[in-house]
Amino acid sequence: MQRIKTLTDKNLNSTVVKGGCGECQTSCQSACKTSCTVGNQSCENK
Amino acid sequence: MIHQYKNNGYNIVLDIASGSVHVVDDLVYDMVEMYQNKSRDDISSAIKEKYGDTYSSEDIVEAYDEITALKENGQLFTEDAYKDIIIDFKKRKTVVKALCLHIAHDCNLACKYCFADEGSYNGKPKELMSAEVGKAALDFLVANSENRVNLEVDFFGGEPLMNFEVVKEIVAYGRSIEKEAGKNFRFTLTTNGVLLNDEVIDFCNREISNVVLSLDGRKSVNDKMRPSRNGKGSYDIIVPKFQEFVEKRGNKSYYVRGTFTRHNLDFCEDFKEMADLGFKEISIEPVVAKKDCDYAIREEDVPAICEQYDKLAADLIRRQEEGKPVTFFHYMIDLNGGPCVYKRLSGCGSGTEYLAVTPSGELYPCHQFVSYDEYKLGDVFNGITRPDIVDEFKLCNVYAKDKCRDCFARFYCSGGCAANSFQFHGNILDAYDIGCKLQQKRIECAIMIKCHQMLKEDE
Repeated sequence: MQRIKTLTDKNLNSTVVKGGCGECQTSCQSACKTSCTVGNQSCENK
Repeated sequence: MIHQYKNNGYNIVLDIASGSVHVVDDLVYDMVEMYQNKSRDDISSAIKEKYGDTYSSEDIVEAYDEITALKENGQLFTEDAYKDIIIDFKKRKTVVKALCLHIAHDCNLACKYCFADEGSYNGKPKELMSAEVGKAALDFLVANSENRVNLEVDFFGGEPLMNFEVVKEIVAYGRSIEKEAGKNFRFTLTTNGVLLNDEVIDFCNREISNVVLSLDGRKSVNDKMRPSRNGKGSYDIIVPKFQEFVEKRGNKSYYVRGTFTRHNLDFCEDFKEMADLGFKEISIEPVVAKKDCDYAIREEDVPAICEQYDKLAADLIRRQEEGKPVTFFHYMIDLNGGPCVYKRLSGCGSGTEYLAVTPSGELYPCHQFVSYDEYKLGDVFNGITRPDIVDEFKLCNVYAKDKCRDCFARFYCSGGCAANSFQFHGNILDAYDIGCKLQQKRIECAIMIKCHQMLKEDE
């Protein structure tokens, strides 16, 4: 590609099959306690 | 659905359903916008009309073909197929994997914006959790977590260090049962820092996987909103202690966490202050307050706040490039190893996998709901006696919320804070509108920073 740079190599669709183990951190526990941010969490089942 | 925006010189296109992130040139940026609604010829004409001879016909064909290739590869204009998952998702059995222990409903500061009413949670009596309640809470967690290994327990308040002996006892109890139970407790603690001393620091650095240290930034800002009980500011008491704490903490995780209000809409300056004090992991949150509070954020403040988020992003990049990187909680984003769709659909987990425990052992959907008696779920001794409330929270996901369904940020924020929705709209299926706008801006900035880093690495 000359005009587009794609920064992601994982498609969210692919996580439907493997995901859902629930071992990841509960989002509100980390720092915020007043808002919900999930996109910054990491998967523990890579 | 796609979302496209320009930030810091980058043209960024997000494909929401696939999670794909693309950085594109000006030509593609304009063409992506038209791609779904116009024919190839119409797009070509529109480009020539806008740019004149800047782009040749070959350029336009090339750009069009690249967009088409991404679409065919499932990285652009991807259909959102997750709604079907939600049908099964609603039937799922949820397990509890995280507790917020209100170890002290009391506080030694008198922060003006405190959602917990300085530890009293809407007029509840001052109370400290007993070790018996704390141990029962851990037993409840182990018993209700099925096969989840990692269990999180946050010591929260009020000010948890006002009940430090019990914190130590609960942690020791957790360590004594975790192996046999096949669990791994991750303890966290939120503190205002007033009672930090060597013993506490050593204990936390040994046992507590993440600590949240409350500081609002500049001395004048911090002391205005975070005074002690006698009205004096807390900055001079806590900052040296936090610096010592962090110095001794090594690589263990921590956050210095502030709140900004209408009184410091220039909160990027507070971020800089914290970073200049030597703190490397920083979070600053917008205050959530009733509309009539003088410090509450108003709709008209949103543009100024967004400008600050841009400044903060630029400052973060500068520090990285100077070899002194700082982490800002809301600008962390994992584009390739981030959470799965299930996590993104289930959001924060309040009321299902994350519960709060009051000093007397009552269970609530999260720490923010402790002020609302109607949301009491049960207690740690008898378990959940109101499964109907848990079901209500189980249904709380991005597809159940009108405002989230078409929002580009839905898989990053996962529907926002149920407590904020309840506070502003009286139900948990709405969204706190100002919070949404700020969240969207933070996500845009976070992705822009990632783009900058990844493109620099490629160079």
